[in-house]
Amino acid sequence: MSTPGTNDTEPWPLWEVFVRSSRGLSHLHAGSLHAPDAEMAVRNARDLYTRRNEGVSIWVVRSTDITTSDPDAKGAFFESPRGKEYRHASYYTESEGVKHL
Amino acid sequence: MSDQTFRISAGEALTAEKITEAGEKPTEAVANYALRLGDDALILAQRLGWWIARAPELEEDVALGNIALDQLGHARSFLSYAALAWDKTEDDLAYFRHEPEFVNLQLVEQPNGDFAATIARQFIISHFQFELYRRLVDSTDATLAAIAAKAVKEVDYHRDHATQWVLRLALGTEESRRRMIAGLGVMWPYVDEMFRDDELVESLGDVAVRPSLLRDDFDAVTGTVLAEAELEVPEGFVARGGGRDGIHTEFFGPMLAEMQVLARAHPEATW
Amino acid sequence: MATAAQRKRSDDAELPEDPAGRAHFDELIAADQRVEPTDWMPDAYRKTLVRQVSQHAHSEIIGMQPEGNWITRAPSLKRKAILMAKVQDEAGHGLYLYSAAQTLGTPRDKMTEDLISGKAKYSSIFNYPTPTWADMGSIGWLVDGAAICNQVPLCRASYGPYARAMVRICKEESFHQRQGFEILLHLSRGTKEQHEMAQESVNRWYAPALMMFGPPDADSPNSAQSMAWNIKRFSNDELRQRFVDMIVPQAEVLGLTLPDPDIKWNEERGHYDFGDLDWDEFYEVLKGRGPANAIRLERRRTAHEEGAWVREAAAAYAERRRVESEKARLEKVQAA
Repeated sequence: MSTPGTNDTEPWPLWEVFVRSSRGLSHLHAGSLHAPDAEMAVRNARDLYTRRNEGVSIWVVRSTDITTSDPDAKGAFFESPRGKEYRHASYYTESEGVKHL
Repeated sequence: MSDQTFRISAGEALTAEKITEAGEKPTEAVANYALRLGDDALILAQRLGWWIARAPELEEDVALGNIALDQLGHARSFLSYAALAWDKTEDDLAYFRHEPEFVNLQLVEQPNGDFAATIARQFIISHFQFELYRRLVDSTDATLAAIAAKAVKEVDYHRDHATQWVLRLALGTEESRRRMIAGLGVMWPYVDEMFRDDELVESLGDVAVRPSLLRDDFDAVTGTVLAEAELEVPEGFVARGGGRDGIHTEFFGPMLAEMQVLARAHPEATW
Repeated sequence: MATAAQRKRSDDAELPEDPAGRAHFDELIAADQRVEPTDWMPDAYRKTLVRQVSQHAHSEIIGMQPEGNWITRAPSLKRKAILMAKVQDEAGHGLYLYSAAQTLGTPRDKMTEDLISGKAKYSSIFNYPTPTWADMGSIGWLVDGAAICNQVPLCRASYGPYARAMVRICKEESFHQRQGFEILLHLSRGTKEQHEMAQESVNRWYAPALMMFGPPDADSPNSAQSMAWNIKRFSNDELRQRFVDMIVPQAEVLGLTLPDPDIKWNEERGHYDFGDLDWDEFYEVLKGRGPANAIRLERRRTAHEEGAWVREAAAAYAERRRVESEKARLEKVQAA
């Protein structure tokens, strides 16, 4: 399924905007906007979402091109990691106080 | 100058306030040159500001707003610098000069018309300003060079914005193509004036950029875009011009009256 | 699998009750967690949100006009730049909010239609005119001040996209109120004419600003449900009181008076008392009989209609490019 809010009847489609706030960081979802095509979408994103120095790089993607995990399958998707605390360093307490571990 | 005061250098995001604070007085000739570039940017910003809340789409309200703000920023820098020569302020220059004292190009005072006409004006002026500022960064006048260093990057975006819209309007629908051609037709007569050298520019040597030097690059770059847009370079009228000498088209007076009305109603006031 | 919004669109009838979805929604609200677009939500919750968020978006967009009125006449270049940036921010805020509303299944086009046809509401405050420059100060100080009181709690609204939009908006708006205050401060301390201009403007905007919080709690039937859903966090009267408590001392700093003789510190309550508001006036403007209702809508309609050919051109160009690149791709495949 695609992201919420997409609508095929709009003359200018919806785009999702991702902004990298500074070098070394990932692009994060900033919001969405309407634009006729990718070239204008990235420019509109620049004008709309980086007016206050918020970004050094922008991604735009058609909202319809994003595939979202199924909310009704939340259990099947996200139950598994619960109870597997041994994946986290905090699970290992016996080395407490030992340096550089 | 002490360490605390601001020193003009390229690479800083130069503002009008910093130029005033630095207080480096230009000569009369340099000030007159700065006044020209400042007036171009100011009058363009004044025209563009009208579009906010009237653009064809909300995203475009924001885009045109950004361009207007950039131009207003350039105007404030150039005018603040010029003002130092006459112990005045940017606002004295913007609000208390009469029509013949403004030395902007006639192109920028042309009415907004429809969106295509505004884009045509943007297309011409932003390519002109880009070619100008990209050379002005090497001016022997440090303040002019620093203003240009910031402005050239911003204007680079303006010409991209205008180019994108020229392509879309020219190759979009029959109506948009008709309007784009009409818009270029209305604005193109004012192109010739932009590239005329005069005594002031010649007297300034390496401080200023000779407009005539920009023509070839302007023609080449705009020609490429127009070709891609399947448009002809408009031919026909060439406006007599004279903006640099304070001669303006009939559209200028009402616009100036609107811009100055409040400030002039309260000449003693600060805001 | 379809989102609530998509399901809604394909079938406009009442959603079938989804017991598991309902239980999950109730849990989220009880735990003060965020509801996201893909979650099941009661129809009334979604309707309330679409109405509130789109009204909020319309208010930002219509709200550009009273201030836009002064961009070309701002009395200094600095003020012109600030005003332009502020009005531009409002366009941005409208866009953020339309996006949030769109996640509930209503496309922006539809919301725009509802606005320009007069079907949708927006904040009545923007149906008042801005005859003087001081109104730029009053709008910033009083109107944006009231809006901020309303909006800060909305950063914790239960609907995720709305709350996120509000966080961004509140961050950007922090300068709006201050610049308005500064405009009034300069006027108040300026020439006699400037001081009078400021006072006259504050006199006009005070009561309409207080009415921005909506009718008294007793006359606000939908508020309780919105509060139960964690969309609204404080009642209209609570927010109004908070606002009055804030602006009374600020007016003193400005050297201006508020046009209400009943304003008085109440030691017992720990709040300022203030006089009754003329709610008939509020309902008059709401019903379309304000000073500028017709002007505001006409201006929006004109901009939208005159922009149609531009939007169509850009869409046609995009389609043309898409067809060209598809053709090029096919030719490449055939050549291989």
